[in-house]
Amino acid sequence: MTYDPSADVIEVIRTPSPGPVAGAYRAFGETLRGLKTTFARIIEGPVTIQYPEEKTPVYPRFRGRHKLHRFEDTGLEKCVGCSLCAAACPADCIRVVAAENTPENRVSAGERYAAVYEINLSRCIFCGYCEVACPFDAITMGHDYELSDYTRSDLIFTKEMLLAEPVERTPLRTEGE
Amino acid sequence: MRAFANVYYFEPWWIQVVKALVIFLVAFAILPLLTVYERKLMGRMQGRYGPNRVGPFGLLQPLAEIVKFATKEPSRPTTSVGFLFRLAPVIAILTGITALAIVPYGDVQHIFGRRVGLYGIDVSIGPLYVFALAGISFYGIMLGGWSSGSKYSFLGAMRGAAQLISYEVSQGLSLVGVIITAGTLSLTGIVHAQHGMWYVIPQFVGFIVFLVASFAETNRAPFDLVEADAELVQGYFTEYGGTPFVAYLFAEYVNMVVVSGIAVTVFLGGWMIPGNPHVPGWVDPIVVIVKMMLFITFFIWVRATLPRLRYDQLMSFGWKVLLPLATLNLLVTAIIVGA
Repeated sequence: MTYDPSADVIEVIRTPSPGPVAGAYRAFGETLRGLKTTFARIIEGPVTIQYPEEKTPVYPRFRGRHKLHRFEDTGLEKCVGCSLCAAACPADCIRVVAAENTPENRVSAGERYAAVYEINLSRCIFCGYCEVACPFDAITMGHDYELSDYTRSDLIFTKEMLLAEPVERTPLRTEGE
Repeated sequence: MRAFANVYYFEPWWIQVVKALVIFLVAFAILPLLTVYERKLMGRMQGRYGPNRVGPFGLLQPLAEIVKFATKEPSRPTTSVGFLFRLAPVIAILTGITALAIVPYGDVQHIFGRRVGLYGIDVSIGPLYVFALAGISFYGIMLGGWSSGSKYSFLGAMRGAAQLISYEVSQGLSLVGVIITAGTLSLTGIVHAQHGMWYVIPQFVGFIVFLVASFAETNRAPFDLVEADAELVQGYFTEYGGTPFVAYLFAEYVNMVVVSGIAVTVFLGGWMIPGNPHVPGWVDPIVVIVKMMLFITFFIWVRATLPRLRYDQLMSFGWKVLLPLATLNLLVTAIIVGA
């Protein structure tokens, strides 16, 4: 079977031409409608969020900057230095160096603790796999998304920074918002 | 020697100088605010704030921008024609400001025992003066676009030439109806002739034609094919930067003010207030400026609303719709006035 190009032609369906007078009337009407639309926006008011002063609230499950946790009663770190988070991390941005807990120096609840715990936030993709991998819920994703800095090395967060109570810079969405 | 025929030349020269300075300074104080006003209003129409960071309500934005533009390094393309490239923005802004001189802001007042007309000069050729200067100002666009040596500038300038020629005809003809009715070319005379009724009512068609043609004459949206930022970058002033760029920008706003001034004077009764209440003389300029602001607001409103016309639409609209309408209006007016 030979190819017939005319079979592919789709006929354009146009509305009947309104003619000059009705066309002019229609164009004028549509212009007025457009003017009404733009004027209605003034009455509606701007929808802009003035960012540094106003912030978009985040959802409770928003994945922002990580937090490390302590037990509330004993004050011991939850992290036992197992490096499962580092293993789960697709961006390879977590570095954990474990050390043994001793009776004199007891840092975590388990046998070992994280002597070094660093997250390179310039590489982190905020996937939340570390949170999922952690067997003790020691690391969770927080709500802070304001993570810019002047040098790359400033974005490597150490254990102390992750353990510290973060500044609540980001509003959380209220129920139903 | 008399500079202009038939002018009631009653003011000493120093009053003329003072008036020129006042008009110039007030215009240059208002123009930067107008740019902020336009951007803020357009912002509101698009659901955003517009400039609001520099100074209270963003009012100092133009100051920051002028500093920014003035400190730019002057540069020009190697293909440009230097002399004309520098001259063109000067022509553009000079003609705009010169046209501002004849907009009447009020009647003749008695200030310190002297008779002072609240206008730059009351020329006996009125609107023709504006059209003459508009004709020259178009050289600012043409020369600027051509001497840049850039294809975008050149295209913009060519479009500008065709557009200005097409729409100047309709704009001129739309005013002739008023001139016939008033029987004078003097702008103050036209305002005085509107004591009974503003010409916007008997000359409504002329008013609409003038309004639409003004959009084209001032290169404002939806007739901003000369600039057409989407297709031609910035049209005739693509290659300009720094102060010459500001000069072009200001020229556009000055033209807008002039056109609004002419429209207010010719169609909206100048300094007249509906009902003609007896008001002190200093109210006149305020009335005129308020009316001008209404026009400018409308200009901005339309800019935020309508998309740019295609080039052939622009041409067919100008020649096939506006020109016949203006001619018809003129003919009917002439017949009615003559009869």
